[in-house]
Amino acid sequence: MDLTTDVILALTGLLLLLSVIKDRKKTAAALRVAYKGFIRLLPSILAIILVVGLLIGFIPPRWIAQVIGGNSGVLGVAIASFLGAVLFIPAIIAFPLAKSMLDMGAGVMATAAFITTLTMVGFVFLPLEIKESGKKFAIARNALSFIAAIAIAVVIGVIIK
Amino acid sequence: MTGKGGIEPTAKKKGLREKIRWDFALLFLLIPVFVALIIAFPDKGAPARHVAWEYFKEMAVILPAVFIIMGLVSVWVEREFIVKFLGEGSGVKGVILSFIQGSIPMGPLYAAFPLAAVLLKKGAKVANIIILLSAWACIKLPAELMELQFLGWKFTLVRYLATLVVVVALSEVIGRVFFKHGYMKPEHALEKADN
Repeated sequence: MDLTTDVILALTGLLLLLSVIKDRKKTAAALRVAYKGFIRLLPSILAIILVVGLLIGFIPPRWIAQVIGGNSGVLGVAIASFLGAVLFIPAIIAFPLAKSMLDMGAGVMATAAFITTLTMVGFVFLPLEIKESGKKFAIARNALSFIAAIAIAVVIGVIIK
Repeated sequence: MTGKGGIEPTAKKKGLREKIRWDFALLFLLIPVFVALIIAFPDKGAPARHVAWEYFKEMAVILPAVFIIMGLVSVWVEREFIVKFLGEGSGVKGVILSFIQGSIPMGPLYAAFPLAAVLLKKGAKVANIIILLSAWACIKLPAELMELQFLGWKFTLVRYLATLVVVVALSEVIGRVFFKHGYMKPEHALEKADN
């Protein structure tokens, strides 16, 4: 167990304690929300664990390194962004997946681009977004997210070596 | 889907149901594939099993905390008041509030679309709503805890700041270039698309 985990757990414990002291009913409601959210995401969580296992066990790291590795440059970022845009994964489980990619030799830039499009651009949900907010807004937002992903990736690539 | 925003659009539920079925389908497809592969290729199956187990343990420790924080925020933070401050001319305050509202955990991104639509129709600035959706998607608070846990503080901090700057800049550009006269109602946009 590392320090980050301890801090997160301690913070959660503290907030929960404060909440219980202030209002028990509200805290119970919060825990119900937490439980519902967890159950809703559980199949995705289990699926991503299996995907990560298969990815690390069966895909040779040099493939990942070749396609989206540190030296793959612009093409690597483009491939990662596109993959992320087609798939849609909630941020909470996108990060463990991103870590497994980094561990296998994916570049920091490509990984950052992947995270951004993975969570912000959802081709799967485009029809829903169009229905809610209109075609112009939905397309503008998704296009922005794509450009943002590449810009964010470049910034991260420059700062983190 | 906590429904604490006071906005309960009908499209939300349908989207959720579709999503869950899809999740289960994927999971039930993956389980036999995973089992078959680790039995057929024991040499590669061992690391696959080991990694899956390690991730499972790590998530089992961190996820309860993440979801408890999600629950606490959804119960304790009043959201309605923020809505008033997102309009045109809200300036820096509007940008900051959009970020804050987007950072408050309220479920997956597609749950935010109905809220975004309502805010747009109520006169919120387009750039602010794009900021809200972007923050909601990729720098939401509980998710950031996962990023800290798995990718470390340096990556998390740099990505957070980079996202902040890039999203604010680009949303402003989009707002000015494509929505000079404000947000067009979807009915009109759809009519145009049909022609």
